[in-house]
Amino acid sequence: MRTSEELLKIRDLHTGFRIGDAYFDAVDGVSLTLRENEILAIVGESGCGKSTLATSIIGLHDHNKTRVQGEILYKDKNLAKMTEDDFNDIRGLEIGMIFQDPLSALNPLMRIGEQIEEGLIYHTDFNKEKRQARVLELLNQVGIPNPERVARQFPHQLSGGMRQRVIIAIAISCKPKIIIADEPTTALDVTIQAQILDLLIDLQKETGAGIILITHDLGVVAEVADRVAVMYAGQIIELASVEELFANPKHPYTRSLFNSIPQMNSENEKLNVIEGIVPSLMKLPRHGCRFAPRISWVPESAHETEPQLHEISEGHFVRCSCHEHFYFKGEKEDKHHELYANQ
Amino acid sequence: MWKTIVRRFLIMIPQLFVLSLIIFIMAQFMPGDPFTGAITPETDPARIEELREKNGLNDPWYQQYGRWVGNAFQGEFGMSYTFKRDAGSLIGERAVNTFWLSLASVIILYVLAIPLGVLAGRYHNSLLDRAIILYSFVSYAIPTFILALLFLFFFGYTLGWFPTSGSVDIKYDPGTFGYIMNKIYHILLPATTYAILGTTTVIQYLRSEIIDAKGQDYVRTARSKGIPMRKVYSRHIFRNSLLPIAAFIGFTITGLLGGSIFIETIFGYPGMGQLFISSILSRDYSVITALVMLYGFLALLGSLLSDIIMSIVDPRIRIE
Ligand SMILES: Nc1ncnc2c1ncn2[C@@H]1O[C@H](COP(=O)(O)OP(=O)(O)O)[C@@H](O)[C@H]1O
Ligand code: SF4
Ligand SMILES: [Mg+2]
Repeated sequence: MRTSEELLKIRDLHTGFRIGDAYFDAVDGVSLTLRENEILAIVGESGCGKSTLATSIIGLHDHNKTRVQGEILYKDKNLAKMTEDDFNDIRGLEIGMIFQDPLSALNPLMRIGEQIEEGLIYHTDFNKEKRQARVLELLNQVGIPNPERVARQFPHQLSGGMRQRVIIAIAISCKPKIIIADEPTTALDVTIQAQILDLLIDLQKETGAGIILITHDLGVVAEVADRVAVMYAGQIIELASVEELFANPKHPYTRSLFNSIPQMNSENEKLNVIEGIVPSLMKLPRHGCRFAPRISWVPESAHETEPQLHEISEGHFVRCSCHEHFYFKGEKEDKHHELYANQ
Repeated sequence: MWKTIVRRFLIMIPQLFVLSLIIFIMAQFMPGDPFTGAITPETDPARIEELREKNGLNDPWYQQYGRWVGNAFQGEFGMSYTFKRDAGSLIGERAVNTFWLSLASVIILYVLAIPLGVLAGRYHNSLLDRAIILYSFVSYAIPTFILALLFLFFFGYTLGWFPTSGSVDIKYDPGTFGYIMNKIYHILLPATTYAILGTTTVIQYLRSEIIDAKGQDYVRTARSKGIPMRKVYSRHIFRNSLLPIAAFIGFTITGLLGGSIFIETIFGYPGMGQLFISSILSRDYSVITALVMLYGFLALLGSLLSDIIMSIVDPRIRIE
């Protein structure tokens, strides 16, 4: 991993949606750091709060229905407390965002060129001519053939992959320091997915931006990420470099993402599965460990009351110490027996 | 696109043919005949028979139909029995009046409804929004003739601000500035009445389009560019929300023509609608049939107009 300056520091972020009269935190105490030149992947099942985290960083939530608490520090400014107007000096200019569904993310009535140009009008002092030159340059940069023609076309005239390239062009139009990509390839064919990921990597090499890549696809993570944060039910459950996480996944939830079934030192193997699904926002347990109900076969004594992230090796954080109670098929069982016996 | 428009016109021919047959057959089944009112029980049956024979009313239906269609093609719709003049030119005169009334109604309608719909959608759930919704429900609940009578009574008679019937005062010479202003003066009250009744649909439609658009992905993309919120509204949300409204214009015009029947009758405005009612009451066949044909044609034209407007404003739609 290329180490470099910290771009974004998130400290104890809580983002809650108002349902009725109460707020329910979909992001519940997340702390993260994004550095220059790195691709930080955020993985987790759908509904675990990845998009909510992303929209909090770029301030795209509905301010009337959403409460953002905690710190998102960027250049000594706390984005979590920023007003909508002030945010407009950061959005697009310092932070760009790429969205999941390229089919709906472009305005169907506006020409491609116009949509890319829009951000330039407000964030640069380019005149019309310069802006149009920049639009063509961007279309070229994201690998769109025949930029002059495409600039005059409407979204429906382009394929999904081409539209996603246009969205990337919009996101990078003002050379932002931070790019947030929320499942940028989920809606695309496999071959196109690979092309878009390659494009992201190239862009990152060129610009040195820090990229937050949200995905639920571990294959994508393995291919492009430097570091990975695994989210579960609004919290980070494990955080490590990509090499470390793939070699040494610790938390039973992370393990389940890798499709390896965690087992305890118990005779009854059948019971040792992760049960159920992510609970809905309103039903999330707010005290104790929110994962405990899904591994009911773990004895009470093994749970921590308010599980915290532990740094188990440099840069590798795991929530709770529960991982010590599991062993996995093919691993040395003795060690785990021993650990469990000490409990 | 021109090719398509011409083709759409050609498709109208069989549609109009079917319509004309239906109209003709129904006219045949209508009780009585045009002379029923003009003759008394004492009139000599031989005299009636003579009149019927002379007007071709005793010929087989297909001959009568053929004659009617043949004439219609030359703009001849026969004589109006009540007005004792050519039905074509009579309708033409009235159609011009109705055209101006409809145009004024459409303009007032959109001038009122678009800002209200936009404000309600923009400030969704605010007090302003609730007030606009309340207004639109009230205007929806009031029957046309009640509002028309109220306006006529209040603004026409009680306050005396507006004329209570006619389309122009006779003292003005056609073509002069005073004449035009006087025409507009006569149109204002009926047009406003009609416009108010039409606002409900447009306001509600626009409002829900805007609320819907606010949550669209492309609006989120626009916000992610860091452009001012008012630009997000004007360039993205409003543009997309006005689209279906634009497409609606063609149908609105057709609807207005139908609605003008009540308005014109109540306001004594000499347009097609008023003529339609009076010709039905006096069984003025040639006028009725010609008017129904014209209404049918205009309805087809309205839907074509909607399609054309749609294809102009929405790049995704190309009429093929
Ligand atoms: N605008 C919203 N209002 C209420 N609940 C929401 C809203 N957006 C997301 N949620 C809820 O917050 C949780 C996290 O959603 P999200 O961040 O979209 O997850 P992910 O992107 O990981 O799939 C889910 O339970 C979802 O239902
Ligand atoms: S062992 Fe820890 S992380 Fe695992 S379920 Fe229990 S409290 Fe949660
Ligand atoms: Mg998501």
